Amino acid sequence: MKDNLIILPVLFQLFSAVVLLFMWNSTPRQKITSVLLSLVSLAISAYIFANVYQTGIISTQAGSWKAPFGITFVADLFSSTMVLISSVAGLAVSVFSTATIGKNRLRFGYFPVLHFLIMGLNGAFLTGDIFNLYVWFEIIIIASFVLITIGGEKDQLEGAMKYVTMNLLASSIFLTAIAMLYGLTGSLNMADLSLRVAEVQNRGLVNVTAMLFFVGFGIKSAIFPLYFWLPASYHTPPFAVSAIFGGLLTKVGVYAMLRIFTLVFEMDAFLSNLILVIAILTMLTGGLGALIQNNIRRMLAYLIICHIGFMIAGLGMSTTLSFSGALYYLIHDIVVKTNIFLVAGLIFAICGTENLKMAGGLYASHPKLSLLMAIPLFSLAGIPPLSGFWPKLTLIKASFVQEDYVVFTFILLASFVTLFVLARLWAEVFWKKREHISNDDFFCFNDYLPKEKAAMVFPVIFLAAISLFLGLGAEFINNIAWQIASELSDPSKYIDIVLGN
Amino acid sequence: MKSIILKTGSDYLLPLLIMFSIFILLRGHYLPGGGFVGGLIASIAFVLHFFANSLENTKNIIRIHPGLLIPVGLVFALFSAIIPLFLDQAVMTAQWMHEPLPVIGMVGTALLFDIGVYLVVLGVTLTIIFTISETM
Repeated sequence: MKDNLIILPVLFQLFSAVVLLFMWNSTPRQKITSVLLSLVSLAISAYIFANVYQTGIISTQAGSWKAPFGITFVADLFSSTMVLISSVAGLAVSVFSTATIGKNRLRFGYFPVLHFLIMGLNGAFLTGDIFNLYVWFEIIIIASFVLITIGGEKDQLEGAMKYVTMNLLASSIFLTAIAMLYGLTGSLNMADLSLRVAEVQNRGLVNVTAMLFFVGFGIKSAIFPLYFWLPASYHTPPFAVSAIFGGLLTKVGVYAMLRIFTLVFEMDAFLSNLILVIAILTMLTGGLGALIQNNIRRMLAYLIICHIGFMIAGLGMSTTLSFSGALYYLIHDIVVKTNIFLVAGLIFAICGTENLKMAGGLYASHPKLSLLMAIPLFSLAGIPPLSGFWPKLTLIKASFVQEDYVVFTFILLASFVTLFVLARLWAEVFWKKREHISNDDFFCFNDYLPKEKAAMVFPVIFLAAISLFLGLGAEFINNIAWQIASELSDPSKYIDIVLGN
Repeated sequence: MKSIILKTGSDYLLPLLIMFSIFILLRGHYLPGGGFVGGLIASIAFVLHFFANSLENTKNIIRIHPGLLIPVGLVFALFSAIIPLFLDQAVMTAQWMHEPLPVIGMVGTALLFDIGVYLVVLGVTLTIIFTISETM
């Protein structure tokens, strides 16, 4: 049965986690199994993506309870693309983890939790029920609490405290918003809500609910006044964990926002302006924050915030063109942010430090690796024809068409700041001469076994190849983004399929 | 804790509480109860035994590491979700036997899920309590 296919990414990740739990005591076996299972999961996601791409939206009603009463799982092009990209990121992180995660973390179930996290992500992308979305968010944050604290180092716990507090707050706001929405409409199915919210007389309360959703998802996706937990926590866990957090966790918030504000709530002028103002401030503060950081991962964390601004701006302009820019950016950003944190991990392995001032001389010692690392850096900066360029072009075009020159200016400014920050990173880490040779007890990159070196370099190559594809195959990706954007602008097909009309 | 009364009592209470927890587990579909409560009651049985005797003795009774119950329970839950897939129905569709079994009553995939929850709760609770008492 084809409809049941779409639940497989969730069930398969659960299966993977269970298999890995059975191997609790044998960490070498866990490593191999995790990589193999991630490969299979990538194949499943690709198959589902191909199916949805060819035949259109697929939905299934869990437990055979008809929508709007049961929980619906829907794979439209948006969901299936996100599932595919998160499987790609999951595979890369799983391979990278085999070499870089120490025994003290693997012994406490690092790999099973990683797969639980990806299960939560896939569930959040595939669900068509807003309360179920909340449940998947809970699974994601519980798994991420474990990943961020596992190992129990002091600054890790400090970062985790901030992360946990803010995310719990976001969840409770999200839950309150769901409760209000249910009180207003008596439904939780997103397709059904889309029809019912439009009929509610009390528009004031609808707007309040929309704002609560915006704040809840805003904390999770780190938008302007609510972002401070992110740079405080993302540099503390191991690099592989930072990579999956930086690549995927904030993007789930953006995904949910794009979904809710196109399907359930209608954008009015006030909401649209508010989102645009916040997007501009997010770009600005993220970019300025990144300028003054000396720790590589803190710098990248601010860049995440800066680039969340691009996607929110695409949502705020709310035209099909701006949606397609935001979606293309989302696809590009997941791949490139995951990769850039892995690159940071490689830099740390080679230079023995995350501090820009202390690192250096990487191009002199490892020229080929440096050229490889240049690909994600340039993609992130948006140098044509790499993947960052095209979505920015679309966003700029969208703002130009709407004659929204303020947004236009700030997108350009934020792109410029990103370029400057990455140029500084390149100059400090790759070109600058290294001042002093590091201490002897540092476990240098050259001391790793060839197998481990391969496991660290391969994911970077893999993701760099995908960024290259996203950049060079821009027409294909642009088509997909456009198709998703049209589906978001006109959700009637989605609603019809879910409600079985 | 050394108390002859508690020690003697816990020997009898252990099987009684476990039987009670299974009773709670089985009645859980339509009546109050279910896997979560049942699992907690079963873990109380072992915790009481561990208070009265010692950690070593309780571990000897259980034989396996309680942590192993977690993946086993998850396998049960996973099966309850995927069984309908083989019957060409939507995921998690409940499958029921046509005739009720004596004593137990109607049996379906929901019970399988509840057994999974029971085992996971038992495994998690005992792992936490045993780990804490080992470090004390």
